[in-house]
Amino acid sequence: MQSLILIAIGSAFVNNVVLSQFLGLCPFLGVSKKINTAAGMGVAVIFVITLSSMVTWVINRFVLISLGLTYLQTIVFILVIACLVQIVETVLKKFSPALYKALGVYLPLITTNCAVLGVALTNVQSDYNFITSTVNGFSIAVGFTVAIIILAGIREKTEKNDIPKPFRGMPITLTTAGLMAIAFFGFSGLI
Amino acid sequence: MKPNTPLERIYNGIIKENPTFVLLLGMCPTLAITTSASNGIGMGLTTTVVLIFSNLFISLLRKIIPDKVRIPAFIVIVASFVTIVQLLLEAYIPSLNESLGIYIPLIVVNCIILGRAEAYAYKNTVIASVFDGFGMGIGFTIAITILGAIRELLGAGCIFGYRLIPEDYNITILVLAPGAFFVLACLVAIMNKVKMKKGKPTIDTDACKSCGLCDHCLVASEKGGDRPCSR
Repeated sequence: MQSLILIAIGSAFVNNVVLSQFLGLCPFLGVSKKINTAAGMGVAVIFVITLSSMVTWVINRFVLISLGLTYLQTIVFILVIACLVQIVETVLKKFSPALYKALGVYLPLITTNCAVLGVALTNVQSDYNFITSTVNGFSIAVGFTVAIIILAGIREKTEKNDIPKPFRGMPITLTTAGLMAIAFFGFSGLI
Repeated sequence: MKPNTPLERIYNGIIKENPTFVLLLGMCPTLAITTSASNGIGMGLTTTVVLIFSNLFISLLRKIIPDKVRIPAFIVIVASFVTIVQLLLEAYIPSLNESLGIYIPLIVVNCIILGRAEAYAYKNTVIASVFDGFGMGIGFTIAITILGAIRELLGAGCIFGYRLIPEDYNITILVLAPGAFFVLACLVAIMNKVKMKKGKPTIDTDACKSCGLCDHCLVASEKGGDRPCSR
């Protein structure tokens, strides 16, 4: 139990997926103009990453390792993730229109979110078992959601600020993210 | 310059549509591995090789791949080349493989590669596509090497491992994670300043316009709700 909590805190805050691992930067910078959309993206990412950590673990353990095909990991994982996203979209559309309406917009964008593939590969490299993989995936996604919502909040507040012209848009967003990364260094004392 | 000639493609990739500084594509490796100039060159050249071969094969197969499943088809082609390159690096340059780590398999989801496949190789002849891949790859390599060199020089006092600034004067934060954001922010701001002087539009956050997967965003935005992708 203790090790699970350590993994959870470590993945969510100390080694935050965007601010220290630089995974999933495209949605982090692109979908963070408003808190609402950022939260929607965050929830969709939590859903997909948790699910894909479970599925890729099962596939890696029972298909790739037992057939001796571990060198095909990258290809298999990216295809599994793409299919998974597609299936989740179809299932949600059929069984939970309300949830689909909330998350559906973000799902196609997640396939190319490198955090999803990144989590699947780290799980394998760290030799996590099924439960630790799932916890690791879930907490990494929570870390992503926390970071993107904070960034969206700051961007909403600073939108009307008098920023030097060349710094408007991308540069100020990057600077904000850099300051957040410094703030997240504070978590490194936790473990 | 005549469009679609090899020279024009290389010029386009390095200067006119530089993937890092102009299009802001492939941010993950750009920020993550630029702690030193040599890492930048390694990552840049690895990506260039994958980009050339994936452009070559996608252009060769462009009449065979059905339109509806083209994105999965591109992903399979790119993932195959990434795996080949990863195994070759593991065998012949293990040190580079170690320092780039997980970011080598993640070349699969680098938007530069899928973006070029979708925007160029799928519509153009083989030779033009190969040179397009070469130009974009070299443009990416130059950009991340510059970024890596700046961070290494100011943060660790070295360039390619040769010490130029004594250790006492280093700004360590620049080789750590936040430094990546700050250095890139300054470089983009400088690009903006130059562009403003020439009267051209500045770089904004709408980076996904050239990502090539923008149809997904457009489809998504038509389904209602806020546009996740700003274009």
